[in-house]
Amino acid sequence: MVSILPLTLTATTAHMRGKKLAGPIDLTLDKGGLTIVIGPNGAGKTTLLRLMHGLQRCSGGAVKWAVPTPEAQQRQAFVFQSPIMMRRRVVDSLAFPLRLRGLDKAAARAKAETYAKRFGLGDLLESWAPMLSGGEKQKLSLARALIIGPELLFLDEPCANLDGRATREIETLLLTERDRGTRIVMSTHDMGQARRLAQDVIFMHKGLVHESNAADDFFASPQTPEAKAFINGDIVE
Amino acid sequence: MNSIGQGFWEAWRLIITFDPDLYEIIFLSLQVTVAAVIIASVIGLPFGAWLAVNRFRFRRYTIAVLNALMGLPPVVVGLFVYMTLSRAGPLGGFGLLFSPSAMIIAQVIIITPLIASISHQTIRDLWAEYHDLLISMHATRAQRIMALLWDGKRALLTATLAGFGRAIGEVGAIMIVGGNIEHATRVLTTAITLETSKGNFAFAMGLGLVLIMMAVLVNLLIHTVGKTERTGTW
Ligand SMILES: Nc1ncnc2c1ncn2[C@@H]1O[C@H](COP(=O)(O)OP(=O)(O)OP(=O)(O)O)[C@@H](O)[C@H]1O
Ligand SMILES: [Mg+2]
Repeated sequence: MVSILPLTLTATTAHMRGKKLAGPIDLTLDKGGLTIVIGPNGAGKTTLLRLMHGLQRCSGGAVKWAVPTPEAQQRQAFVFQSPIMMRRRVVDSLAFPLRLRGLDKAAARAKAETYAKRFGLGDLLESWAPMLSGGEKQKLSLARALIIGPELLFLDEPCANLDGRATREIETLLLTERDRGTRIVMSTHDMGQARRLAQDVIFMHKGLVHESNAADDFFASPQTPEAKAFINGDIVE
Repeated sequence: MNSIGQGFWEAWRLIITFDPDLYEIIFLSLQVTVAAVIIASVIGLPFGAWLAVNRFRFRRYTIAVLNALMGLPPVVVGLFVYMTLSRAGPLGGFGLLFSPSAMIIAQVIIITPLIASISHQTIRDLWAEYHDLLISMHATRAQRIMALLWDGKRALLTATLAGFGRAIGEVGAIMIVGGNIEHATRVLTTAITLETSKGNFAFAMGLGLVLIMMAVLVNLLIHTVGKTERTGTW
């Protein structure tokens, strides 16, 4: 199967009711690896991920995949910052994306059970999804995103509301997934997490991509004063 | 005090001995109200859902009208249905006035806005919550509506129960368009009015007890459904 990557953004902008949210952004996302998007609050991290995934329409420029866009969009998934829990049991939540794709009930359920176990939700199959703990919800979101076998996974600050242990659990699952060949693009606030996971870093500030670089280079020698300040934990103006 | 106590026991006697007059009235009440709730739900639930997920020109205006219709005084609805169905009215030819059908029509008009409005709120809130997820998963329009209706089913059931509660206890419109005719259009509420004015307190109270039990039952059901909403136990 032809890969949906590389993804190319050319002079892409996003507006909402006349207000500019982000852009113009020029960026290429190549095959393989784990890219971390960092930047202060309001920098445009969420907007960038939504633009790529097609949740945010671009008001200018283009978002181009290696295959036709509708096909590319079918082969990627998104994990939201605050988990969207359907009012269903865990097993039915996991089966939902499969059912949307026309898989029959029994097959969807069987696969849902496998994924629940893989993501440490084996004992919670019959639990009501909205009642799960924050960490369990985020694991469920992750499993639900991966159950369709996406080639590319977006995550928008998936650990923002989790404690250290739950964060580590998610990170381990993500690394496993990366090693299986899933391309991962994830935003985070947490510099420690960025250092632990990133192979590439996209640094955003005020709606623009300031730096897009290999993680080692970025952390060793940030090119802009804003990036330097951000890495040092200073307030970025 | 004594007459209240007497009335109470006489009422229980009528209920537990299956007094035919009493039960005829109970059954007609249920028949009319259940029919009205079914019709109003068939109209109101999808209409509310449709309003929630579609953007169109007069949407705000339609929602405002819907909310205003919820506050319609039943007596005025009764008057309107009466004039429409009376011999000189536009639908006079059907001869429906003073029949259970006329009562059903009046109740449908009274509770459809209520059911549609609750359905609209439910589906709108759920749509706001699910929007990004369903778009991200490329659910088709039909799949989105199905998912929203399915996951909102408890709240939608609550809407129909609320409609039932409002319809079963309604008296003004029913009295006007039904006429409270014995063995034909006499229901719980109109019978209570009549028996009370005749001083027939025991019978009135028997009817009242049944009505109260129904109201309590409906509210218990609403409460139970609300609880399963939070814990998902069915
Ligand atoms: N729906 C919206 N309407 C108007 N402005 C918006 C909207 N969404 C985002 N913005 C604005 O766009 C800018 C970028 O927001 P975005 O959510 O992408 O930032 P972020 O980097 O994800 O921030 P955070 O770290 O707080 O999640 C911000 O200034 C924000 O106020
Ligand atoms: Mg964000």
